[in-house]
Amino acid sequence: MSSTGVGALRNIPGATYAPATENEQPAGVAPTEGPAWSNVKAPDARSQQSATIAITNGRRAMRVFFANPNALFGTGFLGLVIAVALLAPVFFPDDPLSMVGRPFLWPGQDPAFPLGTDSLGRDVLSGILHGSRISLFVGLTATALGLTFGVLVGAVAGYFGGWVDDILVRLVEIFQTLPSFVLLVVLVAIAQPSATTVTLAIAVISWPTVARLTRAEFRAIREKDFVMAARSLGFGHARIIFREILPNALPPIIVTSSVMVATAILMESALSFMGLGDPNVVSWGSMIGTGRELVRTAWYLTALPGLAIVFTVLALNLIGDGLNDALNPRFSQDR
Amino acid sequence: MPALVRIVRTLRRTLVQAIPTLLGIIILNFFLLQLAPGDAADVLAGEAGSATEESVAALRARFGLDSPVLEQLATYLNNLAHFSLGFSPRYGMPVADLIAQRLPGTLTLMAVALVIAIFLGVVLGSLMATFAGRLPDRLLSVFSLLFYSIPSFWIGLMLIVFFSVKLGWLPSGGSGTIGSRLTGWPALLDTARYMVLPATSLALFYVAIYARLTRASMLEVKNQDFVRTAYAKGLTPFGVTARHVLRNALIPITTMAGMHIGGMLGGAVVVETVYSWPGLGRLAFEAVMGRDFTVLLGILLLSSLLVIIANAAVDLVHAWLDPRIGAR
Repeated sequence: MSSTGVGALRNIPGATYAPATENEQPAGVAPTEGPAWSNVKAPDARSQQSATIAITNGRRAMRVFFANPNALFGTGFLGLVIAVALLAPVFFPDDPLSMVGRPFLWPGQDPAFPLGTDSLGRDVLSGILHGSRISLFVGLTATALGLTFGVLVGAVAGYFGGWVDDILVRLVEIFQTLPSFVLLVVLVAIAQPSATTVTLAIAVISWPTVARLTRAEFRAIREKDFVMAARSLGFGHARIIFREILPNALPPIIVTSSVMVATAILMESALSFMGLGDPNVVSWGSMIGTGRELVRTAWYLTALPGLAIVFTVLALNLIGDGLNDALNPRFSQDR
Repeated sequence: MPALVRIVRTLRRTLVQAIPTLLGIIILNFFLLQLAPGDAADVLAGEAGSATEESVAALRARFGLDSPVLEQLATYLNNLAHFSLGFSPRYGMPVADLIAQRLPGTLTLMAVALVIAIFLGVVLGSLMATFAGRLPDRLLSVFSLLFYSIPSFWIGLMLIVFFSVKLGWLPSGGSGTIGSRLTGWPALLDTARYMVLPATSLALFYVAIYARLTRASMLEVKNQDFVRTAYAKGLTPFGVTARHVLRNALIPITTMAGMHIGGMLGGAVVVETVYSWPGLGRLAFEAVMGRDFTVLLGILLLSSLLVIIANAAVDLVHAWLDPRIGAR
């Protein structure tokens, strides 16, 4: 689950990639406007198109984003989850793993525990509120790490080309061939589960997608006139990469990042469901994992934390969709 | 260029590209195995229960675990060349046999899930493309995004609650009725009953992807000249959609389906755990719980190999179907 290429759902150029081939398949790329030669297989036709639209008006993008009801709902819900994560220790200062009431109280049975209690008498509501902390922490940190590393590798590979590119592409290919969730399980099992190792492991499996995407953008933008101008002015490599090319390569990376957070949250929940999460922290996945044994009698223990995951991930995906429409005008025509 | 030449060329190129990747994966695998806490000698000593410092050292010497890392790498490669993935002390059998035992279960599950996902995805995507921009399209878009956001293990458990506990229609786990002596058609039906829920849970995530992909590529094909020609010839809208638009829109979907093999294997790990389906994923879970790293890394290596083979197969199918691909 959730270990598919991050660009799979949206038509992010360069994010869809078949490891064992260099064919530039127009996999899911739908150039709805522009030249009528949309089926051309020339390797650069696509990336050049994507490069021409890379320069996006920030204010216009903001306006499009906030005019989209789905994106607004996503932003609102994510804001709520962040607020809950920050305020959880204020509302429920006690350890969510401590026993506070009678076990197996169904939601609504006792006003003191609006969402009921689990088999050990732990408050489900407190668990869900506290669980948002680890989900968001892992999701955001792993994405930040993966983005940083992926952008660096992709930028270096795409900008310099040559043997550096060859080696880095091979590396990315290796990581994209390994089934990512299986690799994640192996990494966490070897490193012993804790919040840090889970975060690092998710970052390790998520950087290759970003690297691919960044490399494709850099290769296209590198040939533009303004980069040539910068070069002829004698700017150094670092300045050209970070000040000239990177800002123009950002839109697809921003879209990807919101989906990466969603994927990371799904991965973290799957890991803790399997008992490979941090044992000292309550998380939505681990709540489902413990509720699983009692799914026949007390299914609310499984259903409630699951709904929390679904809505948080849905919010992030809606934001990703909204960002995609706002930053990729090429695709927004038919949405 | 004749189709056969194209296919041979593609095969050669794919092989040339796959070999360094495979080598990289093997070496990575070896170092992960080195990083894993405890080695085979520790495990054996633990199982024996009465090991001394000297006997563990003797075991290490016997398995070559005290030799330099590079020498161990050479041994590992040599073993792999003989299709040996090592020995699992926990199961008391070679890892390769263990995996071979579980592989068919996973492959069947994945194949059924893939068929469900592609079928539902293409149907939903065609509907979305037909009503592009209107209410059905918007509703289905949100739905597909919802499918994309649901963790497969959770929807698996919810399906169990609904279909096995509340309604009692379908079994909640396993891969067949225990002790039944069914053969032929009834046996197949029995397996199918056990497979519906796991395959659906695994497929749901991919339904979303294929639906959106079908929608995008159908909208792309729709504007092309040959579609206008088909309409001009007086074909019915359904005929044009099914025969002219959809068929051409399917190429990106086959590409993606090949790429999803790896992702599905990962999904199978979780889904098989939920439904106690006797496959590779369940084996991986047991290996994690038993800290049996030889088995775990054997699974990782073999599933990567599976991904490479799947990608090569997709390449070949494309070279066969589309004359433009092999020409480069």
